[in-house]
Amino acid sequence: MAVNEMAKLTLGPIAYHWSAEERRDFYFRIADEAPVDEVYLGEVICSKRAPFHEADLPTLIERLEQAGKTVILSTLAEVMLKRERKATAEIASMDTPEIEINNAAGLYERAGRPHRVGPFMNAYNEATIAWMAGQGATHVSLPCELPASAIRVAAQSAKDLGIGAEVQVFGRASLAVSARCYHARAHGRTKDNCQFVCEQDRDGMPLRTTDDRPILRVNGIQTQSESYVDLLPELDRLVADGVTHLRLMPQAVDMVSVAAVFHSVLRGAIAVDEAEAMLRGICGEVAFSNGYYYGEAGYRRVASAASS
Amino acid sequence: MSLAELICPAGTPAALRTAVDAGADAVYCGFQNATNARNFPGLNFTPQELRESVAYAHARNAKVLLALNTYPPAGKTDLWWQAADIGAGLGVDAFIIADMGVAHYLAQNHPGIRLHLSVQAAASSPEAIRYYCQHFGVKRVVLPRILTIPEIREIRKEIPCEIETFIFGNHGLMVEGRCSLTSYLTGKSTNMDGVCSPAADVEYKRHEDGSMSSQLGGFTIDCFRCDEKAGYPTICKGRYAAPHRREGYYAFEEPVSLNLSRLLPELIDAGVHAFKIEGRQRSKSYVRGVVSAFRRAVDDIRAGRPANMADLVALTEGQKQTHGAFETKKWR
Repeated sequence: MAVNEMAKLTLGPIAYHWSAEERRDFYFRIADEAPVDEVYLGEVICSKRAPFHEADLPTLIERLEQAGKTVILSTLAEVMLKRERKATAEIASMDTPEIEINNAAGLYERAGRPHRVGPFMNAYNEATIAWMAGQGATHVSLPCELPASAIRVAAQSAKDLGIGAEVQVFGRASLAVSARCYHARAHGRTKDNCQFVCEQDRDGMPLRTTDDRPILRVNGIQTQSESYVDLLPELDRLVADGVTHLRLMPQAVDMVSVAAVFHSVLRGAIAVDEAEAMLRGICGEVAFSNGYYYGEAGYRRVASAASS
Repeated sequence: MSLAELICPAGTPAALRTAVDAGADAVYCGFQNATNARNFPGLNFTPQELRESVAYAHARNAKVLLALNTYPPAGKTDLWWQAADIGAGLGVDAFIIADMGVAHYLAQNHPGIRLHLSVQAAASSPEAIRYYCQHFGVKRVVLPRILTIPEIREIRKEIPCEIETFIFGNHGLMVEGRCSLTSYLTGKSTNMDGVCSPAADVEYKRHEDGSMSSQLGGFTIDCFRCDEKAGYPTICKGRYAAPHRREGYYAFEEPVSLNLSRLLPELIDAGVHAFKIEGRQRSKSYVRGVVSAFRRAVDDIRAGRPANMADLVALTEGQKQTHGAFETKKWR
């Protein structure tokens, strides 16, 4: 595999309701040990969770920046209530260009000043990406369900526009968001009276079909894939096609080791087969998938020519 | 500005004529491809059919809204531009759009054409709605089915465009335009291909004990005893087991449909301009029944007469129905 120092490894925002203490420990370790270039921080899924950990943000930002990481603040995916509108407006009013907007409400508030476009913004095609770049986007995260053929065209158009293009290469895919909290529902509660039951499931609440097949994960208002996306075998093609940023989503596994494996493959230090075996060792029994990349059902694991 | 317009589904030219004859103020429809969110086999219009349908509707003072509300994948935008150009050439009254690239294309190439923001754009705050009004001149927003009536009333005060809400029919649980559940199990995308639980991936399996399971892409979505009626396998209406719900439960929602007929007067009072009836996949007789019942109710309310809500409630008799998010925050 070609050595590529140009593509950057990023760590997406934590999707789950991890405690403030867990988050501190997690990010301190990322700062000290993980070979990622950029880290997205902030609550993206549920506005009720934010008060638990937002007080720590300045400390985390400082610690990560001291370690040489670029830090980007991400906004909520779903904006409906007053507190959600306010949280979005606060981030959108910041001077730094390193904010990631995940809802059109944020684009409105940002009013054309530089920003990144997050994976919930549906940047599916070159026309939309060009429009977004014209409105101040310096970077777009592509939707998880885009196949390789579309990623290639989208990344090329981003390149032509002089902006970054990011693809998720590890972790559960975000499949849907809702106004309803399915964690609360599972426990016979409503969203307003959830008592934060989602904190029990550090890697999402597993749903199985009635014939006992794992299918989805519930994370509050979000529904995720059961499988972890794993595009290790596809990394060199993504980079060759013009993808500039490769995103790892935090799961309840050793993310420092996950980052090290992806970093080693990007540097050409280890072979993909070896890296896959290491990733399997880190992640245990969970299913890996890359179906979306090949235009197939997202949960599928398609054998890659590059991994042989 | 006409209040309380009735926006009705048309999956075929015959359904369109039926809806117009039954009193629709406007009908919405799409072409026979991925450019609209009901890209189902046997549904939708050829350009020639749309031309004749526009003529039929316009002769009877009804509008035709063209759904161009999916998200073109990179490299395949031509199909959407073509649909936009054909639709504009045929004189449709408005386009229902979601993708910013599509909105920009229409605003640039067909300036002056009326744009409605599809529910697929998931604009659920005044700021998000204003973004589309400001940049693309959107004249109406179709609100996501996640807001309560007091919230709709508040939004109305803060936006420069009209509001359309769903009032009857299928009840999607996820934020529309942000749902990849179907593509996760089947490889066909709601956003890019305009499908949701495509029939070609559906299977029903009879078990030895007489029970029946409904499957999508080989995954069991629900299981029915002999005395239960087997439903269509939509992922967000499926029955699953969680660690503390081992018996299986409807993790997202029961298989119910939306019927807001009882809330109609309140919605009109909240400033909703147009009411949308879901169901482009439905039969002519369904369209005739639902549209004429809502026509009578809306006319009664507009004229200050008590509306006969019993007719509307009866439309879903025997089926489970819901007020969804509209009545109370507890739905969430």
